[in-house]
Amino acid sequence: MGDSEIRAVNDISFDVKAGEFVALLGSSGSGKSSLLNLIAGLDTPTSGSVLVAGRDLARMSREELAVYRRSTVGMVFQAFNLVTAMTIFENVELPMRFAEAPRGERMSRARAALERVGLGHRLDHRPAELSGGEQQRASLARALVNSPSLLLADEPTGNLDSRTGSEIMELIRSINADGATVLMVTHERALADRYCHRAIFLRDGRLVEDPAEVGA
Amino acid sequence: MKTGDLVELAARNLRESVLRNSLTTVGISVGVASLVAMLSLGIGLQHLASSRLKKSGLFDSIYVTSGRRRRGPDRAKQPKAPPPPLDETARQKMAKFDDVAEVYPDIRFPAELRLSETGSGGTTTAARGDAATSSSTQQAGMPQEFQLISALPMSARQLETFDNMKGKYFSSPSAAEVILQADEAKSLSDKPDELIGKDIVLRYASRHLLNDNDANSAAASEYGAASELSVYAVAPKQRTLRVVGVVEERADAGLRGAGGGGAYVPLELAEELQPMQMTQVRLAGDRDPLANSYAALVVRVNRSSELEKVEDKVKQLGYNTFSLLDATRGLRRFFAILDLFLGIFGSLALAVASLGIINTLVMSILERRREIGIMKAIGASDGDVQKLFFAEAGAMGILGGSLGVLLGWIIGRVINAGTRFYMMHEQQFRPDDVWLVPLWLVLGAIGFSIIVSLIAGLYPAARAARLDPVQALRYD
Repeated sequence: MGDSEIRAVNDISFDVKAGEFVALLGSSGSGKSSLLNLIAGLDTPTSGSVLVAGRDLARMSREELAVYRRSTVGMVFQAFNLVTAMTIFENVELPMRFAEAPRGERMSRARAALERVGLGHRLDHRPAELSGGEQQRASLARALVNSPSLLLADEPTGNLDSRTGSEIMELIRSINADGATVLMVTHERALADRYCHRAIFLRDGRLVEDPAEVGA
Repeated sequence: MKTGDLVELAARNLRESVLRNSLTTVGISVGVASLVAMLSLGIGLQHLASSRLKKSGLFDSIYVTSGRRRRGPDRAKQPKAPPPPLDETARQKMAKFDDVAEVYPDIRFPAELRLSETGSGGTTTAARGDAATSSSTQQAGMPQEFQLISALPMSARQLETFDNMKGKYFSSPSAAEVILQADEAKSLSDKPDELIGKDIVLRYASRHLLNDNDANSAAASEYGAASELSVYAVAPKQRTLRVVGVVEERADAGLRGAGGGGAYVPLELAEELQPMQMTQVRLAGDRDPLANSYAALVVRVNRSSELEKVEDKVKQLGYNTFSLLDATRGLRRFFAILDLFLGIFGSLALAVASLGIINTLVMSILERRREIGIMKAIGASDGDVQKLFFAEAGAMGILGGSLGVLLGWIIGRVINAGTRFYMMHEQQFRPDDVWLVPLWLVLGAIGFSIIVSLIAGLYPAARAARLDPVQALRYD
């Protein structure tokens, strides 16, 4: 509030290799979601740089960031963030509209993505008609539909029971196995240990432990 | 984002809040309807006035008289040089001017009309001297009436007077035919319409030049004007004419030669008859060496916009002219101002409706804040979001504009029906449409509605585009 400046993320530097599955761990308010937003191109750093495939997001215009978000990144949120007024199919099709994909291609890719997450039979349902797990699957299908090289997941199992959470995590692992780099924000250490190649710890906006650096 | 996707998404979004968006669209419709109703009334009135004036023949004609005689206060200004004669040469000269449709003499003459006993269409020329007497004797007891006969060119068919004519117009410029004015026709028959197809006898005073050298020499010695002087004789004549039509209205007095006539004959026939005109009766006592010229000519132009140019050329020839050009200018100015004010009042409702659009879209941004954040997170640019809100505003404009034009059209039909009813039952006037919606007004109103809607959507669209996606995603 007021004039005081709060640095959500400060003095953080780390690398993620292509194809890696990395967890960002930390307590609430540690800056892990802010860091994820910077990497997603939803926010821009006041100083420093965010390099993705050699391109600095900090130097990109808003238009370039929009192109980056729809072509390079897929995002999954804790609250699913599906457009409630649209059907599941329309939600999954939406990123391809912004990417100006032809209608026929949109249809086939959206259907394929939904079938991959096991929602091939719920195409015309609205989000409110689906369970939490199904909504998160739909959210994953939407993230995958533009074939991103980087999947960013912000507490993807936070609103789900453990069984459904495990199903989602298995899906994410399979996406990673197909070649996509995955960066996942979570506060569950066990989840990170079970699914991720590496876990980075944050506290008060700073990096406190990065096994890659420790081992380096 | 592609235009098709934009339209599809905008339509889907509008369907989501159907009540609110419908009410906003109805607001726009009422605004456009008010604009259309106001402007179409102005256009209708202007069209009505213009068509009436055009049909009156007052605004495409120049009345030309010889520049020779001025009376009253202007008498002192009379030029010393003799003015050019308003004769056939002058008529031909004027007819060659650009944009002149025709030039014809203004012929009006008094005559007696009576029903023909024989019913034949033949011609009778009474002998000089006893003709009048013998004619009267032959047809004693038949209804008869003195009339002012007006000669009309074939082009006068377009005059408003002949719009609702019973029968038909003259078959040719020299046909032995006559059209009667209904009131005057009643003096010949109780049932004027039944006169159509019957023959009537026109009795008139004929005036023709004498080719008598002795008479000319005598006149020249008396008046001292040598070869320019002509001597003419006046003799009673009669001609049987077939009644081809009866008109209810009396042609407007003035520039197209039909003024005040109780009966109308074709122009070439009138020229052939060589009747003694009213003006020539007056000139007869003036010892005028130019009495052989036309009393007046009517110059009809193709377009009223060319009237002034042609009138100037005629003046340069040395003739007096008269036209109602200035009256049309004033009329156009009046209607331009009327349309402007009607348009402004009509637009006020649309301005209020545009506030409704702003309100609806701003509310929509607040409601769809999270949705905007989601769209940005999955790849929508600021421009995509802005265009989406623009498309929604534009869609409301198109829909509202179209409904508004329809509503305005219905209002206009009601106004027309009401006006027709009033004119027919209360005022005994011929019913006319005072309301007119041309195609340009339909397209213009819809276009204006879209433009107003887009302008109203400017602020909400810019606000939506500027939304920070991170903040928007946190919004619940």
